[in-house]
Amino acid sequence: MPSTAGSRLLENYRPPFDATAVRKLRESGAIVVGKTNLDEFGMGSTTEGSAYQVTANPWDLSRVPGGSSGGSAAAVSARQCMVALGSDTGGSVRQPASFCGVVGLKPTYGRVSRYGLVAYASSLDVIGCFGSSVADSGILLGAISGHDKFDATSSKRDIPDYASQFVAIDYLESKPLKGLRVGVIRETLEDGVDSEVISSVRDAVSHLEQLGCTATEVSLPSFSLGLPAYYILASSESSSNLSRYDGVRYGNQVFGDELNSLYGDSRAQGFGSEVKMRILMGTYALSAGYYDAYYKRAQQVRTIIRNSFKEALDNNDILISPAAPTVAYKIGEKKNDPLAMYAGDIMTVNVNLAGLPALVLPCGFVEGGPAGLPVGFQLIGAAFSEEKLLKIGHIFEQTLPGCSFVPPIVADE
Amino acid sequence: MALTLFKGLKSNCFRWYPSVYVARKHGVLYCSMRNAQGQTATTQEKQHTKLKASSKKESGKLEEILKNYEAVIGIETHVQLSTQTKAFCSCPYNYGAQPNTSICPICMGLPGALPVLNSKVIGYAVKLGLALNCKLSLNSKFDRKQYFYPDLPKGYQISQFDIPIATGGYLDVDLPVEFGGGHRKFGITRVDLNRAGVPLLEIVSEPDMRTGIEAAEYAAELQRLVRYLGVSNGNMQEGSLRCDVNISIRPIGQLEFGTKVEIKNLNSFSSVSRAIDFEISRQVLLHSQGQADHIVQETRLWEEGAQKTVTMRKKEGLSDYRYFPEPDLPGVTLTNEYINEIRDSLPELPEMKRRRYEKLGLSMQDVLFLTNDINVAAYFAATIATGADVKLAANWIMGDIAAYMKNEKLSIDDIKLTPKELGELIASIKAGTISGKIGKEILFELMAKGGTVEGIIKEKDLVQIVDPTEIEKIIDRVLVNNPKQLEQYRGGKTKLQGYFAGQVMKETKGKANPGLLNRILLEKLNAKS
Ligand SMILES: [Zn+2]
Repeated sequence: MPSTAGSRLLENYRPPFDATAVRKLRESGAIVVGKTNLDEFGMGSTTEGSAYQVTANPWDLSRVPGGSSGGSAAAVSARQCMVALGSDTGGSVRQPASFCGVVGLKPTYGRVSRYGLVAYASSLDVIGCFGSSVADSGILLGAISGHDKFDATSSKRDIPDYASQFVAIDYLESKPLKGLRVGVIRETLEDGVDSEVISSVRDAVSHLEQLGCTATEVSLPSFSLGLPAYYILASSESSSNLSRYDGVRYGNQVFGDELNSLYGDSRAQGFGSEVKMRILMGTYALSAGYYDAYYKRAQQVRTIIRNSFKEALDNNDILISPAAPTVAYKIGEKKNDPLAMYAGDIMTVNVNLAGLPALVLPCGFVEGGPAGLPVGFQLIGAAFSEEKLLKIGHIFEQTLPGCSFVPPIVADE
Repeated sequence: MALTLFKGLKSNCFRWYPSVYVARKHGVLYCSMRNAQGQTATTQEKQHTKLKASSKKESGKLEEILKNYEAVIGIETHVQLSTQTKAFCSCPYNYGAQPNTSICPICMGLPGALPVLNSKVIGYAVKLGLALNCKLSLNSKFDRKQYFYPDLPKGYQISQFDIPIATGGYLDVDLPVEFGGGHRKFGITRVDLNRAGVPLLEIVSEPDMRTGIEAAEYAAELQRLVRYLGVSNGNMQEGSLRCDVNISIRPIGQLEFGTKVEIKNLNSFSSVSRAIDFEISRQVLLHSQGQADHIVQETRLWEEGAQKTVTMRKKEGLSDYRYFPEPDLPGVTLTNEYINEIRDSLPELPEMKRRRYEKLGLSMQDVLFLTNDINVAAYFAATIATGADVKLAANWIMGDIAAYMKNEKLSIDDIKLTPKELGELIASIKAGTISGKIGKEILFELMAKGGTVEGIIKEKDLVQIVDPTEIEKIIDRVLVNNPKQLEQYRGGKTKLQGYFAGQVMKETKGKANPGLLNRILLEKLNAKS
């Protein structure tokens, strides 16, 4: 099966091996039906950055599905497949899950082998799961998790049986989440976040309280630092990871008189503008004289963020935030405003910087499109606490009243 | 990146599959050394001085000028490790194999492939770090060094930048006697894990060397060390051990360093030494003629044919490799237990061996000969382990055996004489079973054809005649058969004693005990006068 990563440079590339996650799925009996669209090399939040097609949101075909793994989210949302994989470097599974009204799970860094995943930013990249239910997402995670000798950063921790702890609604106690401490991140419900999104998330928190949780507000003062730190680190690593696409081995080689022009011209024609911009940013941030001011400081911010999450999660079982500041927006709306698009990643990038697991669940609707637009909220847990997140999520989705997250184009059939 | 799945995914059919990857067994090291490759700096330098001597008259003036300068020399050495597999994948690696015959997605740098460190590499680095008396970093890490190059599939090299695995050590070197001898201690700045694909260690010295000889001996000692440790075959011609030299000169007394020039393409210890001497002369001449600004920071290439260095590339500022921590590899964490385990398993190192042999009463020349080549060292050690006299064993090895190896172009592992039989031979001579002369004959036979000392003695009936009455009988016969000579002897020509002794030896096929023979012969010769 060709693997293009949404880039012209890999237009005819067929990998000679399966990614470990895919191999494990095949070994578990899964049937792979295809690959889906994404922003080129995972760089984007709308899937408009694909070199091939623009993917539409099943809830409103004039809107983006989110990104970068927008194709997978849209496919699950439109019930074209049971479950799908995506890659989450700064929110690329969770934000499209929110935009498309499906479940999106970003595991702890190291839970799933990255072997075979086309690298964007290696220290942040995680393979994530899409499903139309928490149960499906949990089963998918169980199948792909585990140590892999081909990925030195994969964890050797045991894999819990994620599916076994799901309790059907008829067997739930009246307060099934009694004693659970929920911290609502104050900085994620302030200015710059759509008020309807805020009220949906607050409703979700109320629902959790009805299930027995104790919810308090927590402050993560370093939260806003995550976005610039993320873009510096991700761009830096990607500028290095994309060096291998030099026109010699992949893509359409552009004839050059000398080596540098061969490299330069092949890359100039093969990469899209967003990718080029990030390579430039990353190269700049790693250059002598700028390294300390950019890359090194971003690493220091990363440590601060990791510590502040650790502290908040020592006092709370889970943390809660919106999955994105808005619901799905119009195709083309932010295409010429990259900073506005980047700002949309504020809810998710911190979790990647801290390496933590997070689950995005649809929790409500905002007016728009033919039948409203789904809103997702994010549950963040301590490292390797996927089991807990899935358990809470499963109870939440079964007990949330009056919500069916099936898009009208599917429901009407 | 993204992928969709259809129904058919059932939670009860998940199985934990045994991985298809099979770990390779490590451990084959090849340290055997042919004579042609078994160079030591010492043997090659002899030739070098001869070459230089011929042009001494012309350069007499230069020699005078050179006395006013000192050179500052540091060496960066790359040692190719003799692991069975490449550094970051399980492809076999052998020197001399066709390039790209064993490749996989990892070493091809295919999208999605990730490096996994061959743990053997860490063990080798720790060994070398300990052997170089370094401080080991309990936590070191890998970094990416980035540049575009056709042979670099990923556009970066995995190396260690700011936290190398070992730092701050030293290397003991004993200079050869013919160059004035002396002990030197050269500082080691760092040992780091370096380069993708072929596993390499980089060893950076302090700028502690002052002459070509010192630098060549440093490199030779490093080669010895990696061979003793079994971490590399250390072969310079193959490029398993590569030395890049940094050299600057300054007037004696000046504290600040001169402009540093790098020399590459040094394929033997003698080229290290000669390139440095050439470069010192070149720089000193420029400096002494007021052209110090013509010494520029650059990389120069040693041209073996022309015996000179030429500009390869000028350095215009420092290259920006945009180093950053390698996110695909976790940091390298060493525990004290692990380090101690390796320390306890280290073999006796050249420096320790030299000091021990010195204490056994061997001269420095003997010590160097017997320890420079790991195979010779092992042969000597095995010989004295049979109880053979240390000094005699050394003499045999350095004398007749070394000469034979040189003539026949063999390494010590190729000769058929085993250390056990050499021990036997030495013992047989000492015990008087055979004479020294016969011992020598047997030695050559054993070296060429093998066999045992006992077997040859029996086969050829070579046991020494130590019975005085038997010797006396033979002497009598010789005297009777040579009346003329006897008369001359008794007439005062006492030199003829040798003639009679020779006749007796001829009669006994050399088996007569020489001491006994001479004593009895002298008695007989003088008795009737
Ligand atoms: Zn390989």
